Formats: sequence, structure tokens, C-alpha cells
Amino acid sequence: MSVIETLRTRGEGRRLLQDRRLPVLVTAALFVVMFGFGAFRYQSYGFLDAQVFMNLFIDNGYLLVAAVGATFVILTGGIDLSVGSVIGFTTMLTAWLVEKQGLPLLLVAPIALAVGAFGGYLMGYVIHHFEIEPFIVTLAGLFFFRGLCLVISKESISISDPTVDRLAQTHVPLPGGSFLSIAAVVSLAVLALAFYVLHYTRFGRRVYAIGGNEQSALLMGLPVAGTKIAVYTVSGFCSALSGLLFTLYIQSGDPLHAVGLELDAIAAVVVGGTLLTGGSGYVVGTLFGVLVLGLIKTLIQFEGTLSSWWTKIATGVLLFAFILIQRTMTARRRT
Amino acid sequence: MAEPSPVLEMTGIVKEFSGTRALSDVDFRLFPGEIHALLGENGAGKSTLIKVLTGVHPLDGGTVALDGRPVRITSPLQAQQAGISTVYQEVNLCQNLSVAENILIGREPVGGGRIRWKELRRQAAQLVTRFGLDLDVTAPLGSYPLAVQQLVAIIRAVGSGDPAAGGTGDAGAGTRVLILDEPTSSLDRDEVEELFALMRRLRGDGVAILFVSHFLDQIYEVCDRMTVLRNGALVGEHMVADLGQVDLVKLMIGKDLDELEELGEHHGEPDTSEPFLRAEGLSRAGGIAPFDLEVRAGEVLGLAGLLGSGRTELARLLFGADTSDGGKVYIRGEQAALREPNDAIGRGVAFLSENRRTEGLVPDLTVRENIILALQAARGWTRPVPVAQRDELVAKYIAALDIRPADPEAKTGSLSGGNQQKVLLARWLLTQPRLLILDEPTRGIDVGAKAEIQKLVVSLSEEGMAVVYISAELEEVLRLSHTVGVLRDRRLVARAANGPDITAGRVLEIIASGEHQ
Repeated sequence: MSVIETLRTRGEGRRLLQDRRLPVLVTAALFVVMFGFGAFRYQSYGFLDAQVFMNLFIDNGYLLVAAVGATFVILTGGIDLSVGSVIGFTTMLTAWLVEKQGLPLLLVAPIALAVGAFGGYLMGYVIHHFEIEPFIVTLAGLFFFRGLCLVISKESISISDPTVDRLAQTHVPLPGGSFLSIAAVVSLAVLALAFYVLHYTRFGRRVYAIGGNEQSALLMGLPVAGTKIAVYTVSGFCSALSGLLFTLYIQSGDPLHAVGLELDAIAAVVVGGTLLTGGSGYVVGTLFGVLVLGLIKTLIQFEGTLSSWWTKIATGVLLFAFILIQRTMTARRRT
Repeated sequence: MAEPSPVLEMTGIVKEFSGTRALSDVDFRLFPGEIHALLGENGAGKSTLIKVLTGVHPLDGGTVALDGRPVRITSPLQAQQAGISTVYQEVNLCQNLSVAENILIGREPVGGGRIRWKELRRQAAQLVTRFGLDLDVTAPLGSYPLAVQQLVAIIRAVGSGDPAAGGTGDAGAGTRVLILDEPTSSLDRDEVEELFALMRRLRGDGVAILFVSHFLDQIYEVCDRMTVLRNGALVGEHMVADLGQVDLVKLMIGKDLDELEELGEHHGEPDTSEPFLRAEGLSRAGGIAPFDLEVRAGEVLGLAGLLGSGRTELARLLFGADTSDGGKVYIRGEQAALREPNDAIGRGVAFLSENRRTEGLVPDLTVRENIILALQAARGWTRPVPVAQRDELVAKYIAALDIRPADPEAKTGSLSGGNQQKVLLARWLLTQPRLLILDEPTRGIDVGAKAEIQKLVVSLSEEGMAVVYISAELEEVLRLSHTVGVLRDRRLVARAANGPDITAGRVLEIIASGEHQ
């Protein structure tokens, strides 16, 4: 077995660079560096106030939930382009049911979640059983849900329901005087749950296996069909939940809410170190991806003189850099 | 001798793919505690039979019975639950998961819906140790070489009894039937020995093993009984001890082996003029140390060496598939900068990769499209090959190389390995190359197809083509080559004209010692 022993030592030598946690660490380090930069530059403007950090979660909670859903899909090697439309539709559906139909939010929320999850289920079903590219199927979903928004109403519906108002205004106090919103707390709970599911359940491991090699997963006797459909269902559910959080954040429904948000979600996932080809990545990385994107916005706000378009430019540059890093990492793995 | 009742009995199996019969009325049975070889040429229906048995392909006719009870297996999962485990020819595991997960995924130990990782690693490590391997089960599978991955696949298959239920992770606790489809093609000698030891141990435990291999010696070494298929039909079932190798080959190919013997030791003399290709100090860091090399028109240059000795790396440099760090290549006396394969193709070099599935064929295209690909590429897309000429060329090469099925519209991916190799060969021959580089052209190919490809190499070189022939089988290299090169540890350690003093033993000595006087 000497051959295998020598191979083993060689395997360990390469392990640091091959370690799949490395991209997450890189993103986390980037976040720390950017935060340090902000702290240094805007010290006198109160950048180091704990609330500035908490606001990252408050302002991006809905994005985090959507990105967590997208992480499931991307881990299987798929893609979900319907995220933004489902969010927009959820805001419309919620606003319409609550404001125009007078239903209590407690009833509306489960309906909205069920609709989102069912939409995801349908797309997953079509993707798997008709063997159609997820790109096309979810693109159809993108148009479909955006169109449905306009069926409900062509105009924005603002929400004045007291329950919504109260939920939106509630501060969850934290030690040190800072606070989080309900939406932020929910998003962190979703993150924790997703981490548990991906790493401690058979379903989660199947997601990774399918992303690694779908054909192999099938031949290993794993229920590939159910898992793939479930993954899109999860994404649909997360989109709807993200839509609910967005409704709380904006307190209105609008047919043009969250246009293109799926791209922010995908960007966050990729910057968080998940491979678009599937099989490698961590939901914790997605958290850092969202935080980095949010921090760019915050830094630009603090700078004051830069237009908000610089957010897009910075995101573009980052995304590009991370895809290049991914590429070199996978290339090294192959040799 | 009173035979025990078979654990598995397949009767009158029929399988059709879009009209063509892949299996017609095949009977097959497996007894507990035996190693049973399934034999036949490429395309004889071995893989199809296995895929029908494991639920990958649905059955078109016939019955399958386990322990005398008829069963209907419609998915790999169901096959596993019925106690039928399979190791496929290509490693079918997930590179991105850890070794431990690959062994146990789908039956991870769980407590309250939660995967117990410690227990999972413990069970996996236990299984790995039982098989005499020393692996870090937490490392991603992809960090180990193919041979190790193959062993992991076997551990997975054999360990598929439910260890969580038994608590001990006993190998083979639930596996009644183990199918090994060409498990040895990527293993070296020692690893094969270990696999055999394992197979014998499992046989002792009463597991029925179905073994497919192209190496007849291995069949005779380890198997008890064999079933021979030809053209999708059953030829016969025999005890291994009752049938000699020569008779077996006759059964497999349906004709005598004499044609193989006809291949003379020496054939045609190479051109003595200027070499077609000359490499001087060519090298690539991490790939191969600087080497000098010459190939003349009409010459077969055989390259021998172990797997990973740099054979493929050398070939890829000559073809421009990898760029060199140092040294020069001269083609017909002119220095040639080979930065990409196109540079080499334009100068008349063709390269048949050892990975025909991933680096050559487009499995979703038809045989005709695959054959015409390189010729069309050489002409450029603005000048399509005329339809009549194209069909004629394709028909000619299908006939010349005896590609089966002889249907230019067949999906290439559905062909057997040997026939896929012929399609690739046809593609390159169509471009009329001056130098043909063949990297393991006969690996995973049955005896008949092997002989055909060897004969083809001989006749090509007699027609004046230069050939670089890479193979792990020394006899093959020695039989075909005018000149033999030996590689060891990514270095070309010896180059000599083939002659009576160059024997398999001598080459092995060089490979072992790295010295050549």
C-alpha cells in the first residue's frame, strides 16, 4: 500500500488550497477589511456605532433570505431567476389581501408562503421531469410572476394595516443599546435553519451530491427527482418569505418591487464562495456575501458624494474578481 | 453435485433501444458464494444486462427472480434495497464529498433526523480499514487518484448493508449480489490483488459476485463460472475450469484467434530519411522532464511505462494540447511552435486521447457527425463537406473499421467502448494525418476489437504513416513498434530499436530500475 500512502501525503499537502472553506474565509476577510476601512475613514461620523453594523441585517434581511434560497438551488448546479418576481408578487398579494380584502396578516402570510413554495415546486417539477434547463424554466417564472403582479393591480398599494405597522416598527433590543428588526431576526433564523438542513440532514447532503455529479447521485441510489424539486420549492418558499420581509420593510406592495433582485441574490451567493457549477459552497458564505454587498452600500452612503450607482459598479467588480478566484481554484483542483 | 438454488435468475431477458435489439432472450443466473464472469466483446450486451438488472434501463421482456420470487426492479435505489450493489466502470461517486460521505451517503447514521457525523466517520473509517486501505475519510474524494476512488466505490457497494441497523458496519451485511463492471481497468497490479482478496472473502461470506473484465487472465484467476454473450444473445454458461482461454475467445468472437497471430513481429521498414517529427529537449514543468524524440514516416514508436509515468504528458506536448516550457519541436525539418492542438493538426498530427469519453467524442452527436467533425474543422465552417462525399466517406470508414452498429445515424454515446474508439480513429484518419498519436487505444476494449486496431496500426504504418503508440500492455507495444521508448517517473529513460534483445522482461527491468545501458 506504499503507493496509496505516498498519495495520501500528497493529498494533504494540497489540502489547504483545496479546502472548500477557503472562499468563505476570503469573503469574511474581505468583509473585515472593508469594515476596518470604513471604521478608519468615517470614524468621526459614527461608523463604529453598533447600530451601523446591525443596520446591515435590518436593510438586507430580505436579500439574505432570498440568497439562502438561491444557495440551495445553486448548490445543485441549478439557477433560479424567478426570485425577484416572486418577491414582487408576494408584496402585491400581501398588500392586496390585507388592504383591499381586509384579511388579517396572520392568515395572509401562510397563503403567500404557500403560493411561493408551490410556484417553486411547479418549476422544479418541470425542470426535472421534462429535462429543461432551469435557466429557461425560471425565466418563464420570472415573467409569469411579474405579470401576475399587474393582474392584481397596476398601481402600488400602500399598507396601513396596524399589525403590519407594529411588526415593522418593533425593535428587538440587543445589549449595548442597538437593536434588530423582526425581519432581521427572521432572516438570521432562516440562515441557521438552512445551515442545519444542509449539513445535518440527509436532504442537505443530497443537495451537495447532486451538485457534485447528478448522474452519480442517481446511480448511488439517491432520490434525485424529489431532491431537485424540493430545492426549487425551498427557493420559492424563501422568495415568498423574502417578499413578506420586504413588505414589512417597505410597507407597500408594488408591481415593480424587487426587479432584478434575483441577480443580487446570485451575486451574494457567488461572492460568498459557492460554485455556480454546484456541489461546493456554504450558506455561511452567502451571509458574508450579503454583508459585503450591504457594506458597499453603507460605505457609499457614508462617503456622501458618490451616487448610488457606484454600488452597482463595486458589486460588478467584486463579482468579477470572485468568479476569477473560483476559476483558478477549480482549475487547480483538476490538475 | 447438487446445485444450490440461485440467488438471482434472469430468464428470457429482452431489451431494445429504438428498434435495435441490445439483448434478445438472455438467461442468466447467479449462485450464492460464487464469482461469476460475464464475458463478451464490446457491444455484446454486458453493460445493458447489468443496467437492466440494476433498474437503470426498464425491461422490455423476460423475468427477474431473486431467491425464486419474481421482482420488478425499476430504479438503482430499489436494486440496492433488494441487496444488489453495483460498481460501474466509470467511477460513479461525487468528487466534492468526503470519502466517508461517498461510502455512506443515502444511509448515513441519523439520530432524530440529524446526521451523526462522528458515527458516520467512524463507520466509514472502519470499513476502509477492513479493506486494508489507509485513507483520510474526511478528505474530499476528488483529492485521491482514480484507482483509490475505484476502491472507495467498491467499499460503498459492498458496505451497503445497513450498518446503522446492525450497529457494526459489517461489510456485506445486506449485499446479496455484488456487480463489478470493469473494476480493474484503472487499478495497478497490487490493487487488483487486493480487490481479488476482497472478492474471495465476500464469496466466502456467501455473496454472489458478477464480475466483468476484459483481462482474461483475471477471469481465470478469480472466477468460478462464466456466462458468455455475443451480439446480445446468450452463447453459453460454463465452469471456468472446464473451458480453456482459447476456446473462450472463440466463443466470444465466434471465430478463431489465428488472425491475431498473423501479426508479424516485424513489418515494413520505416523511412530512413529525415524524421517526420523531432523533439529536442522538450519539457513541461510538473509534466515531463526534457526529452529527445524522433518519429519517421512509416515508423511505429511504442511508448511503455506505468500509469502516471508521463506517457500521456509527452503525447500531449507533441500534439500541442499542453504548451511546453522548454525545448523545440521540428516537423519535417521545420521548427514548429505548438501552442494549441490546431497548430499540430495543421501540420498533419492527430491525437487519440486515452479519455475517449471526455476528450474526444461528442456522445450526443451521431456516428456520422462525430466522424466528420475533424475534417470539417480542418476545412473551416464556410466550406461544408458536400453531402454525397460526406456520406460516402462515412460509409467507407464504418465499413473499413467495422464499426457496429453500422448505422451512421446512431448516437455515438450508445455505442460500446471499442466502437467509440473506432469512431474516433475514423475521424482522424479522414483528415489523412502524417503522424498518429494513439494514447491507450486498446484500453477497455475486448480481444477482437484490440486485434483489429493493432492490425490497423500495422497497415497504416506500412502505408507510410508515423505512429506514436502508447500502451500499458508491454506485449502490445513490443509487437507493434519499430522503436521502443520507456518512461519512468515522468522521464523518458530509454529509447531503443526494437529487436530480439528487447523483451518484455528487459523493459520491465528498465521501468523498475530506470537504467538502460
